[in-house]
Amino acid sequence: MKIVISSEGQDINSVFDLRFGRAAFFCVYDEESGNVEFIKNEYADAQGGAGTKTSEKMVELGVKKVISGDFGPKAKDILERFNIQMVILPDNNRSVGEIIETLKGGE
Amino acid sequence: MQLKIAIASGKGGTGKTTVSVNLYHFIHKYWTDKVQLMDCDVEEPNDLIFFQGAKENSRKDVNQLVPKIDNSKCTYCRDCVEYCEFNAIVVIPPVKFAEVNASLCHSCGACLHACKHDAMPEFDHKIGEISEYNLGKGLGLTQGELEIGSSMQTMLIADVKKEYKSSAEIILMDAPPGTSCPVVTTAADADFVLLVTEPTPFGMHDLKLTIELMQEIKKPFAVIINKDGIGNNEMEEYLDAEDIEIIGRIPFSKEYAADYAIGNILNNIGEIEEGFYKELVLKLKEKLN
Repeated sequence: MKIVISSEGQDINSVFDLRFGRAAFFCVYDEESGNVEFIKNEYADAQGGAGTKTSEKMVELGVKKVISGDFGPKAKDILERFNIQMVILPDNNRSVGEIIETLKGGE
Repeated sequence: MQLKIAIASGKGGTGKTTVSVNLYHFIHKYWTDKVQLMDCDVEEPNDLIFFQGAKENSRKDVNQLVPKIDNSKCTYCRDCVEYCEFNAIVVIPPVKFAEVNASLCHSCGACLHACKHDAMPEFDHKIGEISEYNLGKGLGLTQGELEIGSSMQTMLIADVKKEYKSSAEIILMDAPPGTSCPVVTTAADADFVLLVTEPTPFGMHDLKLTIELMQEIKKPFAVIINKDGIGNNEMEEYLDAEDIEIIGRIPFSKEYAADYAIGNILNNIGEIEEGFYKELVLKLKEKLN
């Protein structure tokens, strides 16, 4: 299963980004292969519709779970319709790598 | 001749509405009874609150045209997505999903041009309402009310402004706060702009921005200092140095603020207010006639 974690930077030591639509990067973690990939959020500075378009991207990528600080109404609308699980983590002290470790531990 | 006067501020809460409703009253009293008030603050119109006994004459919906993707014709080519500057279109080819988000759409028509498959018929989408009121004197009040969630302020303001009465000699346009598109739309065709401010650092900061805006859109304007006596002298010094006209000063009064809070400023008008607005109306009449 593909999981996306919003990230402030493009490597595993980056701080978790509390924003979804306007996150700087997305860490795409593939549970089966253990593969970790970072993609730049091209909508981070969009005037409007960032949540809508990043959600569209999640569906395109075939993501099943997204982890972020929160999700706006337009993002929620699309993610819900495509059955993508939203996980709210109100804590930005952890790095993306630490969150992946937590996921591996099955928490 | 028809004169359009916009009342703007930059900072919110400086007294645009106070000045607008008072000007309506006093222009009627000291200048002409052919005066019309337009509340262009469509996100929170409140001029009406101060006219007790106002009667609604008419109310109508304002719609924007929003395309709805016809899934039987759509090929999921994403051309419309590429054309949309507002990120309002979501097309996900692998799952055959295509949808326009009406709250992001600005009805610019670019996607209709992009679509080669005739898959984007347009439908009415309500953005707000325009209502018109008889105020017992003058030509009345026209106000726009934006639908919650709509971002089409400017479209609605432009439509409110189409409701002017050809018999009106003075049209007062109460602008929204700020210095962005809704203010520009309100002031675009004004013959004169009154900038209402307060002599505080906050008022000062936003007044400067608003003055820059007026200079950029080349509008003649003058400043009304409301709540005079609070804050500091920085504003007077700045306006003096820039040679900007202060057309009036309204002294700060706690009692007046209390009357405002219960919607009661047009009843039992005090001597100070009567004097101030009479002078303001006569100054405007001399300046603009």
